[in-house]
Amino acid sequence: MQPNDVAVNIPEVIQQIPLNYYLIFSTALFVIGIIGVLTRRNAIIIFMSIELMLNAVNTLLIAFSSYRSDPTGQVFVFFIMAVAAAEVSVGLAIIVMIYRNIRTIDVGVLNKLKW
Amino acid sequence: MNQFNTFLASFKNLTTAGYLFYGLGLITLISAISVVTAKNPIHSVLALIFTFFCLTGHYMLLNAQFLAIVNIIVYAGAIMVLFLFAIMFLNLKEEDEEAKTNVTKMAAVIVGGVLMVLLLSIFNYAPVGTYNPASFDAKTGLVERLGIVLYSDYILPFELASILFLVAMVGAVMLGKREAGDPHF
Amino acid sequence: MRLRQTCSQPRQTPTFASLLTHSPLLIALPICLLLATGFVVVGVYTERKVSAFMQDRLGPMEVGKWGLLQLFADLLKLLQKEDIVPRAADRKLFLLAPAVIFASVFAGYAVLPLTPDFQASGAAVGIFYLMAILSFDVVGILMAGWASNNKYSLFGAIRSVAQMVSYEIPLGLTILCAVLVGQTLNLQELSFQQGIYSSQTNYLFGLKATGIDVSDWGGIFTWNILRNPFLLFVYVIFFICTLAESNRAPFDLPEGESEIVSGFQTEYSGMRWALLFLSEYAMMLLVSFLGAILFLGSWNTPLPNIGPVRLADWTSGEPGTVWGNVTGAFWLFGKAFLAVLVQMWVRWTLPRIRIDQMMYLCWKVLTPAGLVLLLISAVWRLLMV
Repeated sequence: MQPNDVAVNIPEVIQQIPLNYYLIFSTALFVIGIIGVLTRRNAIIIFMSIELMLNAVNTLLIAFSSYRSDPTGQVFVFFIMAVAAAEVSVGLAIIVMIYRNIRTIDVGVLNKLKW
Repeated sequence: MNQFNTFLASFKNLTTAGYLFYGLGLITLISAISVVTAKNPIHSVLALIFTFFCLTGHYMLLNAQFLAIVNIIVYAGAIMVLFLFAIMFLNLKEEDEEAKTNVTKMAAVIVGGVLMVLLLSIFNYAPVGTYNPASFDAKTGLVERLGIVLYSDYILPFELASILFLVAMVGAVMLGKREAGDPHF
Repeated sequence: MRLRQTCSQPRQTPTFASLLTHSPLLIALPICLLLATGFVVVGVYTERKVSAFMQDRLGPMEVGKWGLLQLFADLLKLLQKEDIVPRAADRKLFLLAPAVIFASVFAGYAVLPLTPDFQASGAAVGIFYLMAILSFDVVGILMAGWASNNKYSLFGAIRSVAQMVSYEIPLGLTILCAVLVGQTLNLQELSFQQGIYSSQTNYLFGLKATGIDVSDWGGIFTWNILRNPFLLFVYVIFFICTLAESNRAPFDLPEGESEIVSGFQTEYSGMRWALLFLSEYAMMLLVSFLGAILFLGSWNTPLPNIGPVRLADWTSGEPGTVWGNVTGAFWLFGKAFLAVLVQMWVRWTLPRIRIDQMMYLCWKVLTPAGLVLLLISAVWRLLMV
């Protein structure tokens, strides 16, 4: 058995599932993320909801890229992941810093920039 | 109704991979909802990790092997562990979060729902097309193909990403460093 | 209508997805499960005997001849124990955590080529997947530590995570060195390259300039550590990193008994504790296999053909034949078990290091060394072609 010949034909999912379903799926995921941002007050959970939205976009990019056999979309996802990693490291450092100074990460309390 | 019937007809003729798509999709959405609704932040993080795993499953079904694994390493392995760490350090408990009023929650859900309907009705008219069996290339998502694209067409962004990481690293260390007089958590 | 047509097409060569759903999985799963659990029986007994030998004791002698049945007695004891969940613990996570830890270690076995013809999943991203799965172990440990709601458990979990996340970097660099020589991520292809059944020509020390073709010699001359001699140093770094990854002494800070009881395992009892124990041994075996596959010639024989003395041909068979598979499995298991013995030797020889020494070793010694070796391996690769 030479393992080279993996993936020479069309994946079954691509044959059977219309691309529209991926659109619906990632829209639902994205909207769940939006609802999370709007309903929660814990900064970390808001942050996680944003990650969820990013992933909804990633899924869609990968689906389009696979259906069209165009690697560019997947390269985009790669960069999105890189940026997300950098964003999370800085963002969490900021959240920890905020907690250290005001002992809470409730975004309702962080309203000093309002005025 | 007609649309539904054709859907049902095609649903009955799926192979395992097709059913996997629906099953995984359902589980993904349920765990994504529990990310948003979980009372305990730790449960929320774990639900998100699970969501990412399901998404990895989707990527594998699409034969995007490289990104499937990168998704586990970067999201489930690195980013989510950071989240877990942060939550454990801050020792957040359930009662720490005073919930928003029900009116706000209702409004948020309505806004989200309206957005979803809006987007879906737009997508309904979008010509997304489908795959082209003649020019289909199942190796798109493999490491070799992506590597060639990444190191030829996107070499500059790739190098810039490393600078981004350096900046992020320095920034995180600077922000996280305790200065004289700062409290120990 | 289009759908129906496409569905009725015969299935051809499997894609990754279909490999997951229907194929050698049904055979591979029980074999790997048996391997992982069976190894605990052998491993625990060996560990106790090795430690006894090193400390001039006898070790278990009472149950069965030479104490051979000791582990079964222990298992019986563990089975009878009550499965205690502390009242203040987060019940669901507490119960789930050992399963997550075991599953993430066990999933790693999927891409190991145990013989020339047996590999549960021929995914093209093999080794990359293995690294991802190893890093996922961390989440389970953190769950166990946090859900126990006990400060020693939490300390243990956080120590463990800090250690594993740090050591993943030099580990990744060393794996990259081996991958550079082999130019593939698939472990089975890497295995084929390191023996007499290689489709490419192997030169002595990998150097094309020497002009000495060793493809026919086989044996140790085609192993990765001799295709690029620097990989021997890389293997040493790899070995140290895997000790840290599997939380073995001298890197057993996460469960250091004298400091934090036993870390994230403190609150576990009975079969759940046994599951944690099982995953520790499964991890030891997994990383030993990985080291053998990446550096020590995988399932290829160590004996070369010397002129008419065809040692390599005698001790290995064509892929596809029963003899080839039996000898392949024998060599791979032998090498992995040797690595496990060295792990045990190290454990009973070296004292536990301090946490700052652990971090120092990782970030200031192993990572720079890994980077330098990566550079050297890349240059060596240029000399190989």
